[in-house]
Amino acid sequence: MNPNEIVCNSIYKDLFKIRSAFPVLHQKINGAPLIYLDNAATTQKPLSVINAIDEYYQRYNSNIHRGVHHLSQKATMAYEESRVKIARFINARHAHEIIFNKGTTDGINMVAYCFNKAFLKKGDVVLISAMEHHANIVPWQIFGQENGVELRVVPIDSSGELNMDAFRSMLDEKVKLVSITYVSNTLGTVNPIKEIIKMAHRQQIPVLLDAAQAIAHTAIDVQELDVDFMVFSGHKMYGPTGIGVLYAKETWLEKMPPHQGGGDMIKEVSFERSTYNRLPYKFEAGTPAISSAIGLGAAVDYLEAIGMHEIAAYEHELTDHLMASLREIEELRLIGTAKDHAGAASFVISGHHNSDIGELLNQQGIAVRTGHHCTQPLMKIFNIKGTVRASLALYNTHEEIEDFISGLKNAISILKS
Amino acid sequence: MTINQRQDELIVRFSKMESWLEKYKCIIQMGKELPAMDDVYRKDANLIWSCQAMVWVHSEEKNGRLFIMADSDAFITKGLIALVLYVLSGQPITEIAASSLYFIDRINLKEHLTPNKSNGILAMINGIQTLASEGRLIAASCTI
Repeated sequence: MNPNEIVCNSIYKDLFKIRSAFPVLHQKINGAPLIYLDNAATTQKPLSVINAIDEYYQRYNSNIHRGVHHLSQKATMAYEESRVKIARFINARHAHEIIFNKGTTDGINMVAYCFNKAFLKKGDVVLISAMEHHANIVPWQIFGQENGVELRVVPIDSSGELNMDAFRSMLDEKVKLVSITYVSNTLGTVNPIKEIIKMAHRQQIPVLLDAAQAIAHTAIDVQELDVDFMVFSGHKMYGPTGIGVLYAKETWLEKMPPHQGGGDMIKEVSFERSTYNRLPYKFEAGTPAISSAIGLGAAVDYLEAIGMHEIAAYEHELTDHLMASLREIEELRLIGTAKDHAGAASFVISGHHNSDIGELLNQQGIAVRTGHHCTQPLMKIFNIKGTVRASLALYNTHEEIEDFISGLKNAISILKS
Repeated sequence: MTINQRQDELIVRFSKMESWLEKYKCIIQMGKELPAMDDVYRKDANLIWSCQAMVWVHSEEKNGRLFIMADSDAFITKGLIALVLYVLSGQPITEIAASSLYFIDRINLKEHLTPNKSNGILAMINGIQTLASEGRLIAASCTI
């Protein structure tokens, strides 16, 4: 099979071909085929992404933006082409609204630093939700504490849904930014982000969207959403690690100071002062993760060849199957049962430790994640230490879900005996 | 029996197990049979690991030997603890400090000793050996 072959549009028709493109999936653990259900942590990579990175290092590795020779020109074109691809993928108005960084955490830290510096003062409020990942809690504490910015938390209900009445009442004149996740990495809750953005904008409050768990699983149109900032990671969308994107409207990027100084982000430098480069380079200091950006562009190609609506529809079916099957297990309690649900299925098993369940699944070739999933405040709300979490991707199958459920029942049985 | 004699005994016992299932059933059973630590010892000062699984360790020295009690809230961790205690508890302190626990690798449980493994077994072994060599039990940090 030609690893660069673009897959057809129907996932069911091409499931075998799709799975064939992911080398990691084809191995056995203790004699059992690997069933990879830890996609919320990281997704596997198709050959087209692996080959794009390999080709870069084999054929045209060079530093970008500064060189006049052929290799540098080629590397620069490939890097900037990835930026254009991502802009198109999320329907950004301008490619210069796409800032490459290390990932979602890096992007949120950057906005937290820059937004604080440019706009926030003592007594201002940043509004987040109770289901946020630590990456959308701690940066606001670090960068806000210095100038007395308060972090306010919108509560959730027992199903893991955002309390929208509380959100409405918390949007007062002190709130200067809403920073919220699109899809919870622990609960699988899909937040009503269109409504959230509209409500915030009615009060001239900008919104930062953590799209880490959404970007590979649903079509996102930043202009339609009218979102001000959005962050996501390459490795959660079948791309390489070490690369991510901050999308921001150019009006915000023009007003915010850079968060890092160095090469490429400058226009002129003297010992007395420096002026900054135009967008997006103002926010991309130093030599970037060139190969990873190119790999991310290849991941976008891969997803667009299949189609985000196709992927979303298929994964919705898989998620329904998974949740329905988990509900049938007597000792199991689902953590996160929002009506609008995607991706992650978290649960606890009565009388059994998550790590024991996870280890016994591991021995059967089933990869899930156990623990607090970087959402410790959320665990406290549910009065648990952690969960077992299974999370899906486009290469998972209904058969894998059946095998996972069998493996889970087997693990429970072993622990009971 | 010495530390190494006990290790070799475990290696022989586990080598007769044909599958991962048999091995883990044995470990889980050992975990269930290991007596629960008295509440008086199951306290923060003895908590050397608090991550996905929690591990408490209490020890007493008698006549140059270290007698160790340990507990966990997860059965597999507790079973691995039982194996470590079988090998080390009651042994001379100087020998514990100098020991190399090769049995875990030899019974194909080496993956439980990686630093990012959240079950605390590596922390427990390091903690006991530090206790034996330096006289103080140091809690380890969860890396996840």
